[in-house]
Amino acid sequence: MSATAAKTKRSAKAAMGPFGHVGKVVDELDDRLGVAKGGRVFLDKIFPDHWSFMLGEISLYSFVVLLATGIFLSLYFVPSTDQVIYHGTYAPLRGQWMSAAYRSTVDISFDVRGGLLVRQMHHWAADIFTGSIIVHMCRIFFTGAFRKPRELNWTIGILMLILAIFEGFIGYSLPDDLISGTGLRIGYSIAESIPLVGSYLVSFLWGGRFPGNIIIPRFYIIHVLIIPLVLIGLLSAHLGLLVRQKHTQFAGEGRTEDNVVGSPMFPTFMAKTTGFLFMVTAATALLGAFAQINPIWQFGSYDASKISYAVQPDWYMGWLDGALRIMPSWEFAGWGHTIPWEVFLPAVVFPGLIFTICLIWPALERRVTGDVAMHNLLDRPRDRPKRTAAGAAMFALLFTLFGASSTDVLANFFHVSLNQVLWFFRFAVIIVPIIAGLVTYQLCKEMQGVHGIGKRKRALIVRLSPQGEYTTVETPPRPDDEHVELEPEPVPVRIDIEPLGNGGDLMPESSPTGVRQVTR
Amino acid sequence: VSDADHQPSRTRVPMPVAALSDPHMGDAAKHPERAEKIIAVIFVLAIVFIALFGAAYWQNWEPWLLGGTIGVGLFLLGFGLTAWGKYLMPQGPFVEERHTLASSREERDAMSAALVERSAVVVKRRKMLGGLFALGAGIFGIVALFPLLRSLGPLPENSLEVTDWRKGTILVDSNGRPVRKDTLVVGGVMTVYPQQTVNPATGYITDNGQAIDQTILIRLSDEPFTTMPGREGWTPDGYVAYSKLCTHLGCPVGLYEQELELLVCPCHQSMFNVRNGAVPQFGPAPRPLPQMHLGYNDQGYLIAMAPYDQAVGPGFWERTT
Repeated sequence: MSATAAKTKRSAKAAMGPFGHVGKVVDELDDRLGVAKGGRVFLDKIFPDHWSFMLGEISLYSFVVLLATGIFLSLYFVPSTDQVIYHGTYAPLRGQWMSAAYRSTVDISFDVRGGLLVRQMHHWAADIFTGSIIVHMCRIFFTGAFRKPRELNWTIGILMLILAIFEGFIGYSLPDDLISGTGLRIGYSIAESIPLVGSYLVSFLWGGRFPGNIIIPRFYIIHVLIIPLVLIGLLSAHLGLLVRQKHTQFAGEGRTEDNVVGSPMFPTFMAKTTGFLFMVTAATALLGAFAQINPIWQFGSYDASKISYAVQPDWYMGWLDGALRIMPSWEFAGWGHTIPWEVFLPAVVFPGLIFTICLIWPALERRVTGDVAMHNLLDRPRDRPKRTAAGAAMFALLFTLFGASSTDVLANFFHVSLNQVLWFFRFAVIIVPIIAGLVTYQLCKEMQGVHGIGKRKRALIVRLSPQGEYTTVETPPRPDDEHVELEPEPVPVRIDIEPLGNGGDLMPESSPTGVRQVTR
Repeated sequence: VSDADHQPSRTRVPMPVAALSDPHMGDAAKHPERAEKIIAVIFVLAIVFIALFGAAYWQNWEPWLLGGTIGVGLFLLGFGLTAWGKYLMPQGPFVEERHTLASSREERDAMSAALVERSAVVVKRRKMLGGLFALGAGIFGIVALFPLLRSLGPLPENSLEVTDWRKGTILVDSNGRPVRKDTLVVGGVMTVYPQQTVNPATGYITDNGQAIDQTILIRLSDEPFTTMPGREGWTPDGYVAYSKLCTHLGCPVGLYEQELELLVCPCHQSMFNVRNGAVPQFGPAPRPLPQMHLGYNDQGYLIAMAPYDQAVGPGFWERTT
């Protein structure tokens, strides 16, 4: 009996083939879909190891957190401005009339188990999403990763940034609290300022005059369906292009325009990146747990005739708010028409210009440099001083405008007049970018001239000789100081094995490394 | 061409087996056993915290305990996995050749030829059909915009120009109570709305009343005064009223500096002097706040003697001056 069983077992194992159940599944899938060749290439895909390549991953994983927490929130949020009375746990609001949207948000915060945590995680993840996109974009920009053949992926990235900003603003508006309602009113007025079409635009979008009762449901479907859908489509294209065109990499030993050096997709990168997904999720959970964000129950339901002091939008809107603050009041009125330049220029034309420059930057740079070659090796920012200076000037401009969105707070803090702060920023917004650009350019030039910059400094040991003489010597090199990179090994695509004598007995039952041992 | 191509009996194994002894396939950690132990401890801690999260959720503990447990648990789990990947998995460096994405000249020409020549066959021979089809598709594109835009809402017409204030409209506070001569003392300020915008269901002001008709009422003195030439008699008993919508971006001009007699918009710090007709003193607001002509009705309630003489709030293309 036991002999028969053993025999059956052995034959079943033989029938299973050398790779067991996994091999069987691969066989079955490959019969139907032909996945083996492409799948193998994918498992072998090489990821360059550099910390700056993780920035995009932060965006990707905070988007995953946004989807997960957003699905949770959508189960409880009521996108309606119908007036209802609050009867929930939060005593200060009990018995008050408020919109159903606001009530459901307060309920999520106090009466849904885990609701407050998920709400705060969602908001934090949105801030991390937008922020990491911008930092990721900086990496791409300053290293020239947008150059041929990756211009299209740069454009897709900028489009996702624009969508992320809109998505954030719309999501911020949904709870219908006092502060978000004020932001919405400002958004309405900005759209209204567009010459010729402004009043039509707002009338169509809001279904009549502000606030109406249709904008919250409309924003809701835009927020939970339309923009996420477009984002998912763009994200897929973004990653698809990344796989097809392969990663860029920094120049280094064994790294050329024609290869990619790093660790393989499976298992190394997969383990690291999955771990990173967990860590990004954990970061949003910890922020959601310990850092309060947008406590809407303190603001009250939206009442268009009320406002609180020091109203400021989410940080990624700050630059627009700053631009609106420092713009002189240049309204044009005449011939029976009004053009509110003081709104239209800073809030419509200016961001339009900034994003247009971003979108067409690869083409602009190609026109200036005449560089039409393919680039897979990244620039060091100092080696492209003009581009680096342009980027620094752009960020200096945006940061100055961001600072200008706090004119009132700054005036209070430094005990100076608001007028002085205002005029300071009106000049700063022109001067600071120029200085930043020039300084950056000069810094790049000088860094180019210094040899060995970026090498790890060794500590000095001060010694006192018996004669009373001080000398300094370098500490002995630590292992990492003398970093000798291994010559990159080609990924072994296929390894030829001697014909096997005893069919099926390919490997020991268990190998200490977990890797199959094969007799050569 | 390797030998493998001539020996079809040979099995091809996709793992880099031969390289097991190669430094590229080895652990990156100097002391793999120690790394393994540390990672194991991290995983055990992660399990503890994730289980604690389960307990916290089950017991409905405070949100910070929920977030703290799951945050620490997931962080440890992720950190352990990343460390495993970094220290105990093949680090290479491996190299992968880039294969040129571009096709050969012939393939490109074949594609271009297919596009050019076939379109010549179908389109150029039938120019009229092509033109008609393009016209139809183009008109569809324009027509399709109508449901996308026009169905969304009504035409603006003069909706941005008008408010609910009429001649004789009674001023009420946010609870619907009419305003009388003695409602405010000198220096007092309040927000008022047209009486007809009180929502009978809730007793409060409707959204429209709040958003469009909101008006700020200030009592500057006991005596009538004149804010601007041509506005004589608009301020009975020192009451003056302006639209509360900032002419910059429509925020409520909600801060009143009593000593300076300035209305301040908290959004972008526009300041309006209420004694001289709310002319902007500072900030990006381009125009004075529209002033309301005030009076009393027979019952002694404060009323609007006329609608606002201009559109309230921020500027727009159709706004006439």
